[in-house]
Amino acid sequence: MLAYIARRLASTVLVMGIVAVFVFLLLHLSPGDPAAIIAGDNATAEQIEGIRKQLGLDDALPVQFYRWLAAVLHGDLGISIFSNEPVAKLISQRIEPTLSLALTTLIIAVTLAVSFGVVAAWKVGSWIDRSLMVVSVLGFSVPVFVVGYMLIYVFSISLRWLPVQGYSPIDQGFGPWIERLILPSIALGLAYVALIARITRTSMLEVLAEDYIRTANAKGVATRSVLLKHALKNAGVPIVTVIGIGVALLIGGVVITETVFNIPGVGRLVVDAISKRDYPIIQGVILIFSGVYVLVNLLVDLSYTLLDPRIRY
Amino acid sequence: MSVIAAEPALIAAKPRSAQLRRFARRNPTIVAGGTILAIIAALAIAAPLFAGDAITMQPALRLRPPSEANWFGTDHLGRDVFARTVYGAQVSLFVGISVAAMSITGGLVIGLLSGYFRKVDAVVMRLMDGLMAIPAILLAIALVALTRASVTAVIVAITIPEIPRVVRLVRAVVLSVREAPYVEAAIAGGTPTWKILLRHILPNTIAPLIVQATYICASAILIEAALSFLGAGTPPEIPTWGNMIAQSRLFLSRAPWTIFCPGIALALVVLAVNLLGDGLRDRLDPRLARRM
Repeated sequence: MLAYIARRLASTVLVMGIVAVFVFLLLHLSPGDPAAIIAGDNATAEQIEGIRKQLGLDDALPVQFYRWLAAVLHGDLGISIFSNEPVAKLISQRIEPTLSLALTTLIIAVTLAVSFGVVAAWKVGSWIDRSLMVVSVLGFSVPVFVVGYMLIYVFSISLRWLPVQGYSPIDQGFGPWIERLILPSIALGLAYVALIARITRTSMLEVLAEDYIRTANAKGVATRSVLLKHALKNAGVPIVTVIGIGVALLIGGVVITETVFNIPGVGRLVVDAISKRDYPIIQGVILIFSGVYVLVNLLVDLSYTLLDPRIRY
Repeated sequence: MSVIAAEPALIAAKPRSAQLRRFARRNPTIVAGGTILAIIAALAIAAPLFAGDAITMQPALRLRPPSEANWFGTDHLGRDVFARTVYGAQVSLFVGISVAAMSITGGLVIGLLSGYFRKVDAVVMRLMDGLMAIPAILLAIALVALTRASVTAVIVAITIPEIPRVVRLVRAVVLSVREAPYVEAAIAGGTPTWKILLRHILPNTIAPLIVQATYICASAILIEAALSFLGAGTPPEIPTWGNMIAQSRLFLSRAPWTIFCPGIALALVVLAVNLLGDGLRDRLDPRLARRM
C-alpha cells in the first residue's frame, strides 16, 4: 500500500512537472516575441526591451525554465503585468468565491446525481429512469452560459425569487451567501449531474444483478438498506472515478459561470487577463487549476481501497 | 447457382423507402440527429441566399421583439438576430468539423505509433497525461490569448487539448489487437511494419473513431461558443452564437430573444451531434453501448 502511494505520488509529481513545462512553453513557443506579446500592441521598443530585461528573456530557455520553476515552487507565480501585483496574491484574494461556488456545486451535484442514479437503477424503465436520460442528454448539450441566463431570466428577473448576480462573502452572513450561489451552482452542475447520474445508474444496474442482492432481498432486508448499503457501496468505484474526472468540467465551467453571474473569482481574474494579455496571471491560474485537478484524482485513486477492500496495492 | 443468384434479387425487390423506414425505426437517434444537423447545415450554407443582412446596424430599430420583418427580433445595435443566428451556424459547424477532423488525424497517427512502438509509448503517454491534466477551456484560452483572434487560432486551440483523448483511444485499440493471431501471422510472414499498421491495425480503430469524432465535434462547438462568449475566440465582427450572447448580456431583461435565440440554436446543434454520436455508438460499438 505504501509502495503504491509512493509510486502514485511520483507519477503525480511527473505529470505536474510536464504541466509546468507546457505552461512555461506556452509563452515561448507562441509565434512572435514574448516580450512584445506581453507589452501589447502599442508598446515602444524601449518598453519591450524593459520587459525583456525584467523577465530575463535573453537567457537560454532551460535557464529561464529553472528560474521560473524555482520561483513557482516557492509560491511565487510572477508579477501581473497590468496591476504590477504578485499573481499569487491576486489569486488568493479571489479564491473564496471560486471555492464557494465549486464546493456548493460539488455538494449539490453529487447529492442530486447519486440519488437520481440510484432511483433510476432501482426503477429501471420508469418515468424517473427515462427522465434521467433526458436530463443527461440535455446536460451534455446545453452550454453553461445558456442555462445560466435562462435561470437568471426565470428565477431572478421574472419571478424575482433570487438576486440576479454577484457574490456576498460568507462572513457577511450565510443567507446572502447561499442565495447568490444557488443559480450558479445549478447552471454549473447540470453537466456534472448528467455525467455522475449516468454512471451511478449503470454501475448500480450491474451490482443489482448480483446474487447477494437477491439474497438480501430474499431474507427481507429493507429495500433502502439493500440499495444504500449492499448496492451503492459496491457500485462506488466507478462513481468516485467519474466525480474525480468531472472536476475538469467544473474547473472549465467555473470560468464561464463566474462571468455569467458576475462573481469576482479566479475565473473572472483569468477572463479579465485575456483581454489585457496579462500572461503571468493566465499561467498561474492554469497551473493552480491543473494542480487541483491532478490532486483530486490522486485522492480518488487512493480512496478506492476504502470503498473496495478487495483492491490492494 | 440459381439459389445464390436468387438472394440478391429478393433484397433488391424490397422498395427503397421500406428500407429507409426500417433503418429509421432501428436507429431513431441517428436519424433524428442526422436530420436536424443536415437541416442546420443546409441553412448555414444557403445563408447568403435567404438570411438577409447580419452586419448592418439600424439604431432606430434596436431591441425590437420578434416580428414578421425580424423573425428573431433585433439586438441592441438594430441588427437582425435571425440573420446573425443563421450565419453563426457557419462558424460553429466549421469549427466543430475542422476540430474533429484535425484531432482525429493527429491522434490517430500518434496513437498508432505509440501503441505499436514500445519505446515511443512511455514518453508520448506521459506528455499526453500532462496535456490532459490542463482543463481544455483554460488551455484553449491561453493558446488563443497568445495569437491574434481568428477562426484558425480557435480551431488549433481547441484541437490541441482534444488530441490526447484520441491518442488514448487509438492506443488502447492497438494494444488489444497487436497480440491478435492475424497480426502475429503478418509479422511472421515478413509484412513491413507500415503495412501492418495501415492494413491490419488501422481498420480496427475506425468504428470507435467515428463515434469519438462526433463527441469531439460536439465538445468543440461548445468550447468555441464558450471562447467567443468569454471574448477569447472568433473576432467580434464575425457573428457567432457565443459572441452574440456576450454582446447581448446586458439586455437580458429587456430583450431576452437576443440571448435565447442563439442559445437555443447552439443547444440544438450540440444536441443533434450528441444524438448522432449516441446512435452511431450503439450501432458501431455494441460493447461500449452496453456499458453506458
